[in-house]
Amino acid sequence: MLRYEGKIRIPSGCAISGIMNKKGQPFPGDDIIKSIALMHDRSNGLGGGFAAYGIYPEYKDLYAIHMFYDHEGAKADVEMFLNQHFKIELSERIPTRKVSSIKNPPIIWRYFAFPRGDKLAEAGLDESEYVVRCVMRINSDFEGAFVVSSGKNMGAFKAVGYPEDVGDFYMLDTYRAYIWTAHGRFPTNTPGWWGGAHPFTLLDWSVVHNGEISSYDANRRWLEMFGYKCTLQTDTEAITYMFDLLIRRHRLPLEIALTAMAAPLWDEIERMEPEQQELMISIRAVYGSALINGPFSIILGCKNGIIALNDRIKLRPLTAATKGDFVFIASEESAIRTVCPRPDAVWTPMGGEPVIALLEGVEDI
Amino acid sequence: MSFSLLTPEFIVERNDERCIRCQVCVRQCANLVHMYDQEEDRIVADDSKCVNCHRCVALCPTRALTIRRNPLEFKENANWTTSAIREIYKQAETGGILLTGMGNDRPYPVYWDHMLLNASQVTNPSIDPLREPMELKTMLGRKPEVLNVEDGKVKEKLPPQLKLEIPVMFSAMSFGSISFNTCQALAMAASEAGVMYNTGEGGLHKDLRKYGKNTIVQVASGRFGVDVDYLQAGAAIEIKIGQGAKPGIGGHLPGEKVMAEISQTRMIPIGSDAISPAPHHDIYSIEDLRQLIYSLKEATDYQKPVSVKIAAVHNVAAICSGIARAGADIIAIDGFRGGTGAAPLRIRDNVGIPIEFALAAVDTRLREEGIRNQVSLVCAGGIRNSADIIKAIALGADAVYIGQAALIAIGCHMCQKCYTGKCNWGIATQDPNLVKRLNPEIAARRLINLLHAWTHEMKEMLGGMGINAIESLKGNRLMLRGIGLTSRELDILGIKAAGE
Repeated sequence: MLRYEGKIRIPSGCAISGIMNKKGQPFPGDDIIKSIALMHDRSNGLGGGFAAYGIYPEYKDLYAIHMFYDHEGAKADVEMFLNQHFKIELSERIPTRKVSSIKNPPIIWRYFAFPRGDKLAEAGLDESEYVVRCVMRINSDFEGAFVVSSGKNMGAFKAVGYPEDVGDFYMLDTYRAYIWTAHGRFPTNTPGWWGGAHPFTLLDWSVVHNGEISSYDANRRWLEMFGYKCTLQTDTEAITYMFDLLIRRHRLPLEIALTAMAAPLWDEIERMEPEQQELMISIRAVYGSALINGPFSIILGCKNGIIALNDRIKLRPLTAATKGDFVFIASEESAIRTVCPRPDAVWTPMGGEPVIALLEGVEDI
Repeated sequence: MSFSLLTPEFIVERNDERCIRCQVCVRQCANLVHMYDQEEDRIVADDSKCVNCHRCVALCPTRALTIRRNPLEFKENANWTTSAIREIYKQAETGGILLTGMGNDRPYPVYWDHMLLNASQVTNPSIDPLREPMELKTMLGRKPEVLNVEDGKVKEKLPPQLKLEIPVMFSAMSFGSISFNTCQALAMAASEAGVMYNTGEGGLHKDLRKYGKNTIVQVASGRFGVDVDYLQAGAAIEIKIGQGAKPGIGGHLPGEKVMAEISQTRMIPIGSDAISPAPHHDIYSIEDLRQLIYSLKEATDYQKPVSVKIAAVHNVAAICSGIARAGADIIAIDGFRGGTGAAPLRIRDNVGIPIEFALAAVDTRLREEGIRNQVSLVCAGGIRNSADIIKAIALGADAVYIGQAALIAIGCHMCQKCYTGKCNWGIATQDPNLVKRLNPEIAARRLINLLHAWTHEMKEMLGGMGINAIESLKGNRLMLRGIGLTSRELDILGIKAAGE
């Protein structure tokens, strides 16, 4: 019998794309669908997905918890857990439209909720850590349930299928977001599980990723020391937790966190000024297990912007462009030009060189 | 007793047509196997003294010599094997403990040979180390869990680290167990290759102090040669608790080997026996170890990492957790195949556990406790080649120690008679006539060549796995698959079976 993701590690290739309005002006999902659809041949119909920021302005202070359930029993169990830990303002089916190529959907649900004050106080954790632990708990302990996303004013929409069909299925043309990221998946060995599609998210971090990291087990075993449970056995999950650990929990400045993941070569470090050199040596010594090795290009989304990063020897494609208030990032330049034929600037970032696009007026991620 | 029941273990075959009576063999054999009979003008051999070290064979200009195992056989018996019978004869004749040298040679499973490495195909490109950077640089020492950075600067300096160009160091071998020339060759090679060698517990000879940057100075139970200058002379300090070849056992350098240079280096009188007690007599518990670790750190101003070396024994994971919490910066674990200059045979062959299991168990335990960052792990004991190193790192080691492999590189033929002091290769001896046979420059060059070759091989294997920095291999057990192992063994190693 074929085993689902989480029971077995499945490598995959992919297409990624991201569009952001730096002024925070929301725009519908048509462009991102058009962009990712152009790279149709980079995926094989076994996974597609989107992350969208700014889509729930009426509930912007509540955690928007998107869920997949395999059966009603899982839903009942998780709802009992959620009710114990959160105050739920709204619980509803995520609207979808019939698309012939999208088959066997799970129960797709969303909740707008905030942590129960008494439970939070009892746990002695800050609010985000509390939510992270609840998400980990559901993903590891509740059979047939999977948290698709758990951030505020954002959501992930994913499925087994080609990404353009997934966008249609979730009616993303009816949502308006100031950041959209998208993913088309080409897994090499999978029965196709909805939870295994990208983006992978935690709080308001979302990651779409193209690549297969060869450092996976080194990264995973390091992350597990900090209480993360890599239940899906996917690279993307590990990378998402890595951002959460380095930036939220270790409070590393963004550039330092990115340096840890795609560190400069020792040869380059030897040529640096002493102060810079000390910093780089320290990063490589302390965060050696956070170095992501092997081919990857990723787009990290969060409420304040998007960041794109390539592995340090550029083994996967990644192109960026700007036009007015818009920033575009995609696996291929054509995927940008199909929605923005004449960008102001187009460039191909070097290996390990991040593209950081933040909302105007925002200092840090 | 005049009559021995022991028959020769080896026989020396001489092709008389080739022999030119040059008598090189006669002069080279410290065991006095060969004798020239002037009257008959021929060379005869006393087979019973031969240890099969190949010195005469290698130096014979006409290739006239071969050493064979004596084909003489006892009646076949699966229980009373040849060695079991011979060992009893020896003990019945001498009344003594059986001694041996080098590592455990019993046919226990070698788990390195039951693990296979991964390589990239299609979904992930392999990397060609001739075209792309491939990094093996390794830093050993305590790492903080979090790096505090403020305004682009490091807020707290890193604890002291050992920087290695490749994750390989030369194991502890004392001046006394090995010759000065061997010590010098190891020091020179470590210095040129950007790695470390280890003094063992024999102190540090004054002429070798200039290699301090590449020296780990050892503090063992005998405290030989230890003073504050010694502690400050090296790049790191290692507290030796135990050794893989003889866990729970001390050491004994016989007085006849303690000549002027050794006496000076070890700081003991000429001709006195140098006895290392089994335990440190100031360490009877983990809290005592902590005191010694911090005494050494105080003495060196917290400028040098402190390593603790232990033998791989049953409860190694819990012990290592304690050592990490006691403040050690590096833990060296020596498996039951680790070498030695002298060990009781029964101890060497029956005490301790394989390094592969010990390493996997320790790495797993330290991760479960969330303290793996606090300490670097060095794996020792029977590492034979670059693939063993790659597998050790994938299991969770930061670096390895090599001892026997290094000695083989400079001429050791594994005759396992180090304890006799008659090493014909000038390695495990203090006899000046034998010592001078080992040219330190040539030996250092052979060691550097070995490290150079292994460096290339390690880069090829890493590149094949799609990894270009050694830290991405550390603890990356998905790169390993087991073959011919039980599921229990796979569980302990934390790896999957081939095909999974």
